[in-house]
Amino acid sequence: MMYDWLYNLTGSEILAMFIVSLLPLFVFILPFALFAVLMERKVSAHMQDRLGPMRTGYHGILQTIADIIKLLQKEDLVPTATDKILFNLAPLLAFIGSYAAFAAIPFSGFFIGTKIDLGIIFIVGVTGLVVAGILMAGWASNNKYSLLGAMRAAAQIISYEIPTLLIILTIIMLTGTLSLYDLSEMQTAYFWNWLILGGPAVGLQKILLIPFMIMGCLIIYTSTLAEVNRTPFDIPEAESELVSGYHTEYSGMKFAMFFLAEYANMFAVSAIVAIMFFGGYQSPFGYLGNTLGWTWLVPIEQFFWFTSKGLFFVFVQMWLRWTLPRFRVDQLMAFCWKYLIPFSFVILLLVGLIALM
Amino acid sequence: MKTAEEIFNTLKEKFGSSIVEFKADKPVEPFIIVNPLEVDKISLFLKDEKDLLFDSLMNLSGVDDANGIKEKDDKGLETIKGGTLSVYYHIESTKLRHKLTLKASTDREKPEVVTVTEVWKGADWHEREAYDMYGIIFLNHPDLRRILMPYDWEFGFPLRKDYKNPEFYQGMKVPY
Amino acid sequence: MALKTEEMVLNMGPQHPSTHGVLRLELQIDGEIIIDVIPHIGYLHRCFEKHCEAMTYPQVIPYTDRMDYLASMYNEFGYALAMERLMKIEVPERVEYIRVIMGELQRIASHLVALGTYGADIGAFTPFLFCFRDRERILHLFEITCGARLLYNYIWIGGLSHDLHPDFIRLTKEFIKDFRPNVKELNELLSYNRIFIERTANVGVLPIETAINYGVSGPNLRASGMKWDLRKDDPYSVYHKFDYDIPIGKGEKGKTGDCWDRYYVRVLEMDESLKIIEQAIEQIPDGDVTSAIPKRVKPPEGQIYTRVENPRGELGYFIISDGSINPARVKVRAPSFVTMQVFPELCKGFMVADVVAILGSVDIVLGEIDR
Repeated sequence: MMYDWLYNLTGSEILAMFIVSLLPLFVFILPFALFAVLMERKVSAHMQDRLGPMRTGYHGILQTIADIIKLLQKEDLVPTATDKILFNLAPLLAFIGSYAAFAAIPFSGFFIGTKIDLGIIFIVGVTGLVVAGILMAGWASNNKYSLLGAMRAAAQIISYEIPTLLIILTIIMLTGTLSLYDLSEMQTAYFWNWLILGGPAVGLQKILLIPFMIMGCLIIYTSTLAEVNRTPFDIPEAESELVSGYHTEYSGMKFAMFFLAEYANMFAVSAIVAIMFFGGYQSPFGYLGNTLGWTWLVPIEQFFWFTSKGLFFVFVQMWLRWTLPRFRVDQLMAFCWKYLIPFSFVILLLVGLIALM
Repeated sequence: MKTAEEIFNTLKEKFGSSIVEFKADKPVEPFIIVNPLEVDKISLFLKDEKDLLFDSLMNLSGVDDANGIKEKDDKGLETIKGGTLSVYYHIESTKLRHKLTLKASTDREKPEVVTVTEVWKGADWHEREAYDMYGIIFLNHPDLRRILMPYDWEFGFPLRKDYKNPEFYQGMKVPY
Repeated sequence: MALKTEEMVLNMGPQHPSTHGVLRLELQIDGEIIIDVIPHIGYLHRCFEKHCEAMTYPQVIPYTDRMDYLASMYNEFGYALAMERLMKIEVPERVEYIRVIMGELQRIASHLVALGTYGADIGAFTPFLFCFRDRERILHLFEITCGARLLYNYIWIGGLSHDLHPDFIRLTKEFIKDFRPNVKELNELLSYNRIFIERTANVGVLPIETAINYGVSGPNLRASGMKWDLRKDDPYSVYHKFDYDIPIGKGEKGKTGDCWDRYYVRVLEMDESLKIIEQAIEQIPDGDVTSAIPKRVKPPEGQIYTRVENPRGELGYFIISDGSINPARVKVRAPSFVTMQVFPELCKGFMVADVVAILGSVDIVLGEIDR
């Protein structure tokens, strides 16, 4: 594991811990956010018959860096009527919430921030901090649009956590583990061992599981999409109604924090879907490293597969965003309580019965 | 389908002296001049009468007739004393497909016309605009405020022919 | 314990992404439910009517462009028509045909903006750019004709400023050919989208009696189910020579006169406009487009009210001439101005998100409301 390796290398527990914990931030989240923003622009542009950014670097690849420089240079505006402490704390909290989730995500068999046994529950719990951040931002801004946005966000995220958790529960029931690492290891070897195709179960049970797993996957993808406030569930920041919702009053780096949190979150939920249903970091058809006997290649391959899967789901999120209109707040809640939650209960029940077989 | 003259005769019969005159000599549209304080009753009749059914108000516009005595002060600025301000009503029937123009002239010094918002709701903003631009008071109007000009505009009514720009508005010099 | 609740006043605008200009809406809301809406207008007031009184008649035309800046061609068309009727000018046939082609192209361009921004209001951003992509081609057609993309000063009293560009007919045909599939694409992407229908059907229903009583006109009136189009009901120019339908709202997805109907009537109208343009470019005669332009525009004393079917509804010009070269009074009956009055009626009882949906569906242009 990475920590042990670093411990051997540096000889200091603190230093090793420090590097391991900062690694996802610098090696992954920040470059990912840079890449995802550019990707979003290019994806949307090509969907809309445009070119997107073309001036900064080759085909605009430096555009996000230019944006970051712009955001860093901007004056940090704090409106007078705000609640200063909460106003400044809110973007941090939102960012911490989404950053902390990465601690438990296994990027490969070799590198996982903290190998906690409660991984999945930890992620669900710690991303709950984002709600607090959003509510604080909305309240502290002392702006009616922000307040409306924050209220919507709180209602939406809390509601959509129920179907998410029910599906997670189904998976836990089926696999008997809460650790994302174990979950990934369980789906090893080939892609028919992925949970979307019934997991390591065999025979009739596997065939029976497949439709429920596909449904479960759709439900968890939809509800996590709602949790990260992406279209068609982006009503907390509905641009055409609430200006920008809870981050209307933010500017400069504080705004960038929310922005970063959103993109980090996008990847986090994509990663959860990938780990739970699509084998996590496991390759769909064995490893080149094993075939050639180069064991050092395996973790790199695993990392590659994991990010590819994650990026694919991020791409689907973008695809949806640039295709669908947005729900109204009551329709959004109705969708969750009338369709997603009952369906997840049915899946939980039936998968339980199948698992007993 | 009725011509303006037929409608004039019907109205004259019904309202007598409130219907002042039928004017068809000027091109291009004939119009009926009515008493400004009876407009609402006439309108209601025009809307409800079976063979008239004027259900839609196309347009309502205030007009400065500028027919009073023009006086020039020493700076060469003109003021108009006396004369009339008018309101034109262009109405039509979407069922019977005929159109009609009414005109109500009122005294420039005390311009008062009865509102027709009760008859055609669409008149509301048109009347507010006529008030805003000409200072014509629409009696019984539910919400007679300025509409296009700022609510605190206190330098008169801009579309009157003798309107003068103020020099300052809220500390800003106007003829910039 | 009963909690004390309060209604909230929310100012939407003057700067807001979806008020389509500088409109301020004072919303009284209870949570997210609308209790009342008070529109405040006048932020874009440019004294059009006062300016007109200081201008000669031909000089007014550029000002009419700036009222409804999405349908400038039609504004000029209406004004020119009013002046020609007042002065009793016979216009050459070719001019009438070109005016109709330009007017209908302008109608498509204007509806494209309406539909695209409506999609953006509902949250679908892609249709917006698709619509603007097609509108761009129409603007290009205008540009090769008169050199301007938005404010043309093309239709003059008694004629036109230029004849058509030699490429115009060919490019227009190409545009029509390419545009039809794009309408279909727009329908698939937005009109029949399940979420879009959920958001717009049964929202902001405008009953037909209310619409007539308020004087609402154009696509908004037709969406309420009334077959009323001035091109047919108060004919002008050469519209009687063409074969086209008047689409009306049928309440396919909800009640007749809801937002979806208002949206969809515009989609259908674009198709009808294409038909008119196709026929007009087939039939267009030769001739001189400037021959009937009067050297000196000095109409006789009198007054006229002329109306045309603008993309947004009934655009009326009330012109009083006192026999001099300056108009004594030009009053514009702007369709958006009238539509905006009925807006608070439509919103009551709906939610904040619906205000945006309704405002987008009635398709107002603030330049025209404030003049």
